[in-house]
Formats: sequence, structure tokens, C-alpha cells
Amino acid sequence: MNWFFEAFSTAIGKKLLMAVTGLGFCLFLLIHLIGNLTVYGGPGVFISYVTHLHALGPLIAVAEYGLLFFAVIHVSTGLLLFIQNRRARPIGYAVKRNAGGRTIGSATMPYTGLIILCFIVIHLLNFKLIDQTPQTVFNTLTNLFSVLSYILVYTAAVIAVAIHVRHGFWSLFQTLGVNHPKYMPFIQGMGIMFSLLIAGGFGFIPVYIGFIA
Amino acid sequence: MTAKTISLTLKVWRQGRGEKKGCFKTYAARNISTDMSFLEMLDVVNEELTKKGEEPIAFDHDCREGICGMCGAMVNGRAHGHQKETTLCQLHMRHFSDGETIVVEPWRARAFKVVKDLVVDRSPLDQLIQAGGYISVNTGGAPDGNAIPIPKKTAEAAFEAAVCIGCGACVAACPNASAMLFVGAKVSHLALLPQGRPEAARRVQTMIRRMTELGFGNCSNEAECEAECPKGISIVAIARLNRELMKAEFL
Repeated sequence: MNWFFEAFSTAIGKKLLMAVTGLGFCLFLLIHLIGNLTVYGGPGVFISYVTHLHALGPLIAVAEYGLLFFAVIHVSTGLLLFIQNRRARPIGYAVKRNAGGRTIGSATMPYTGLIILCFIVIHLLNFKLIDQTPQTVFNTLTNLFSVLSYILVYTAAVIAVAIHVRHGFWSLFQTLGVNHPKYMPFIQGMGIMFSLLIAGGFGFIPVYIGFIA
Repeated sequence: MTAKTISLTLKVWRQGRGEKKGCFKTYAARNISTDMSFLEMLDVVNEELTKKGEEPIAFDHDCREGICGMCGAMVNGRAHGHQKETTLCQLHMRHFSDGETIVVEPWRARAFKVVKDLVVDRSPLDQLIQAGGYISVNTGGAPDGNAIPIPKKTAEAAFEAAVCIGCGACVAACPNASAMLFVGAKVSHLALLPQGRPEAARRVQTMIRRMTELGFGNCSNEAECEAECPKGISIVAIARLNRELMKAEFL
């Protein structure tokens, strides 16, 4: 097994770890978004979705531990890459302009990543690690979104996810070696569409709860 | 027709040989013909400095035709200046305006130590080649090469990677000072051709490990290298490098 860990410790191996776990998170985001769309159906539909989801039992546990495992790999490898990449240029430029490759997403990956990590902790404390028996999950949701500071934190996190995904989505394909002039523009377009979908789908929930529901 | 001339203010990084630290010094470049290349403009400034008894600005150069890969510096924060697919020697002064201030810095990377002023030690790129960027057996002369049929598309793809002149602009432009485009170009060039296949797996494994040992950073798909490469080498070469490493390690 030594060869296995050795392969993943190379410069490309670490990228592969980021790409595969990142792909996992993209799939999770999509599933999470589809599930959360039931919020727009009102309390009945949303509670029914949550009940059905929890009824999956062991499958949920597998998914949760899987996501936790992926998160540990993604965060630790990301941190290692961040430190190594900073060390690779000890003296910076007095003047540095972008040549056109860099995007807001690619330039801010470690920082948006940190924001997302902080939000995930808050999110789990609010929805996963509390006793849900005194009230329905829909009430937890409406209570949280009645606090302006929480709405701001939530919106900032949603924007951070969208920016992170804007670079992460096409980037993971590039890392996995899937880049060809024939279809790379399509993958890049998909990445932008996906990040907009994430931003709109999740970002509209507090607006719906506050003004429409 | 009289040639147009411009005057510029240069802020150039000066660092003596063997010195750990350097600083920016300001020079006036007067009456510079817009037909001159950037290096010819530096020649004019250096002549004046020499006349005044000052040390001329040291910079690397050789062919001055954009094909050798010797020249290169950061000009206003861009590798080889702001013109696309241009080396510093082919960057002409007509792309600058009269009265402009230009900041000139050497390539910055942990792997590239400053030798003097704008000259950096790019021997780590040679060390990367020594780590596997070659074919061990003699492939013969041109007729022998033609004995193995290679599809035109494949030959062209290999050539697109082989145009790398090893100037180091990809490393200089990369926010992580990574040499992935350089390694990607060498691995692509050799792995696409039948003569390079037998050693393809070992080549990519040793080159990528050597890259990290030499102090280059990791690729984070910023694509700045592709935008600054004077030969227009695409990050498709990096994707191929990634595929080659996956093949070598896991298949």
C-alpha cells in the first residue's frame, strides 16, 4: 500500500485528492439543493422530505461518514497545498497583473474554502447537532431566517460556495485529465451554470421564508 | 518618414551578484525609437549607464528572435510584457506610450535564484529535463524517424508541446510558482510519439517528483501560464500530464 500513499503525495496526487473529493461535494450540493427545493412547497412538503430522508437510516450514516472523510481529505490537502504554494515564491512581485487566466474563483479558493468550512460548522450546529424534538425542522428554519445577522452569514456563505464552485467545477475535470478544446468550453459553461444554480437555489430560501411563505 | 520616439521612466530591480537583497532604481530612457525591441531599449539605457561609469543592468538574452528562451523579465507585472505570445526580445516599444513608467523585475520563484539584476538561475528547468525529459536510445536520423508512421494529428499535437523554449515565463506567471506547464509540455511532447512511449511512465513519475524537490509549487489550474506562454502552449498539456501520471501510478 506504500505505493498508493506515495502516489497521492506527489504534486499531481494531491490535486487528484482535491478533484475527487471536490466532485463528491459537487454531487452532494446538487442532492442537497434538490432536497431543499421542497422548502418552496411549504412546511408539509419539506417535513415530509426530511422524514423520508431520515427513514433511509444506515444509508444516511454511510453518506455522512463518507462526507466527513472527504472533508478531512479536502481541507487537510488544501491547507498543505496552500502552505507549499506560498513557500514556492518567498519574494513576491512589486507589480503583478493577471494575464487573463485567473478568475475571482481561482484567486480566492483557500479563502472561500475557509468561509465554507466555518459555515458548515455553524450549519451542523443549527440543524444536525441539536435536539429536533421540541419543534419541526421547518420551524428551526423559519426561526433562524427571522434573525437578520443569520441571513447575512447564510448569504455570505452561499456566495462563497458559488465562487468556490465556479473555479472548482471545471478545475476538477482539468485535474482528472479531462480537457479537450472540443468540450472544455462546455464544461466551463456548466461550471458557471452550476455555481449560479447553487447561488440562486440556496440563496433564494431566506427571501422565500421572509417575504413569500 | 521619421521614426517616432518616446521617453520612459524605468523602475528596474537591481541586485548585485551574490547579494541577498536588491532594490528598485529609477532610470530615464530618452528618445527611444518605437521600432526598438524592449531589450534594445535596455541596451540604450545601459550605454548611458556605462558612459556615466555606472554598472549596466544585467539581463539574459541570446538570439533576440523569440526562439531561444534566454530572455525574460516581468514588465509591469506581466511575464515578457503585456503582448500575447511574445518574448521580451520581440516586445517592441511601439506598444508603450510616451511618458509611461515601466516596472521591470526578475522572474520570482523559490526555484529561480536571482543571479544579478534581472538574471535568474533557471538551471532547475535543466534539472527537470535531466530527471527524465529525454529519450534514452538513439532514435536515428530523419529517415529512421519516418520509418514509424505517426498520424499527422498526433505529430502536430506533439509539436505544439515541443515548441516550448524553456524561458520560465510559466513559472514566473504562476501564482504558485509551479513548473507544471513546462513539465506538461515536455511530457506531452515525448509521450505522444512512439519513440517516447517506452519511458513515458518512468519519465512522468521522476519529473513530477523532481519538480517538488526543486522547490516549485503545485498547480491550482489558474491558467496564468497558458496566458503568458510566449509559444502559446495550452494547459491541455497539463491535463495530458495529469493523465500520464494517473496511468503511470495506477494502471
